[in-house]
Amino acid sequence: MINEIILMNGYGVYVWSAFSFTLLSFGSLFLVIKLQLLKEKRRFVYKFGSLNTEKVRVAKSQKINKEILVGILESKI
Amino acid sequence: MLNSFEPNKIFAITSRAPKYVLFLFIVVLSIGLTEALFLSPEDYKQSHSVRIMYVHVPSAWISLGIFSLIAFLSLVSFIFKNKNFSLISKSLAPSGFLFNIIALVTGAIWGKPTWGTWWAWDARITSMLILALFYSMYLLSWKIFRNEKQATKITSIIAILGVINVPIIKFSVDWWSTLHQTSSVKILSTTSIHISMLIPLAIMTAAFTLFSILIFLMKYNTELIKIKNKGLDRL
Repeated sequence: MINEIILMNGYGVYVWSAFSFTLLSFGSLFLVIKLQLLKEKRRFVYKFGSLNTEKVRVAKSQKINKEILVGILESKI
Repeated sequence: MLNSFEPNKIFAITSRAPKYVLFLFIVVLSIGLTEALFLSPEDYKQSHSVRIMYVHVPSAWISLGIFSLIAFLSLVSFIFKNKNFSLISKSLAPSGFLFNIIALVTGAIWGKPTWGTWWAWDARITSMLILALFYSMYLLSWKIFRNEKQATKITSIIAILGVINVPIIKFSVDWWSTLHQTSSVKILSTTSIHISMLIPLAIMTAAFTLFSILIFLMKYNTELIKIKNKGLDRL
C-alpha cells in the first residue's frame, strides 16, 4: 500500500518532485516576504522610538501609524 | 470610488487578514493535497503522472490571472494617477512570478514521462517563458529605478505590453500545432474533464489563490510600512 503510494507505477519520482518543488517554493516565498515584513516593522519601531515628544504627537495623529504599532504589539503577544 | 482603496482606510483590514488567510490556506491545501495525491483516480493513459496537473494547471491559471490584474491596475493607475493601485500591482507580482516558475518547472517534470522530453519550444511553453521574462523585467524595474514616479511609469509600460502575451498563451493551443492539448476546463461550454478530477483541481486552485492572497497582503503591508518609515524620517 505504502509502496504503491510512493512509487505510483513508476511515476512517483515525477509526481513527488513536482509537489515537493511547489511546496518548497511556497515555503521559501512565504519566508522571504515574512522576513521583509519583520525588517520593516523593526525599522518602524526603532524610528518611532527615536522621535521626540512633539514628533511622536504628530506621528500618532496619523491613524495608520497607530495601526502599525498596534499590529506590532499584537504580534508580540 | 477610488478613494475607498486609500491605504490609510484599508490597512486596518490588510494588517489583520493574513493570519486568517494563512489558516484557511492550510486547511484548503491539506484537503487539496489529500484529494490530488491519494483520492483522485489515475488517468487511463497517463496513469499517476496526471496528478502533476493539480499543481501545474492552477499555477498557470493564477500566474496569467495575476499578470492580467497587474496590467489592468497599471493602466488604471496610469490614467487616474492613483499611487495605491501601483502599490497593489507591485505587491501582486512576487506570487504571480512564483506561480509562473512553478508552472514552467512542473510542466517540464510532467513533460518527461508524457512527451519524453523536459523541454520543447512549443508555442504554449515558449509564451509562458516570455511571460516569466515580463514578470522578471517588472520586478527588476521596481528594484533598479529608485525614483518612484519613474518606476511606476516603466513598470506600467512593461505590464501593459506584457499583457498582449496573455491571449497568445491562452489561444496558442488553438492557433498553432503544439504538444499541449486544447483546454479541458471551459467556462462557456461543456468541460471535458471528469468530475473526479475536476474537484481536486478546483480545491487546489482555491488553495493556490489563497496563497497568492496571503503573499499579496504581506507584501502590501511591507510596502506600506516602508512608505511610513520614510514618512517618519521627514517629520
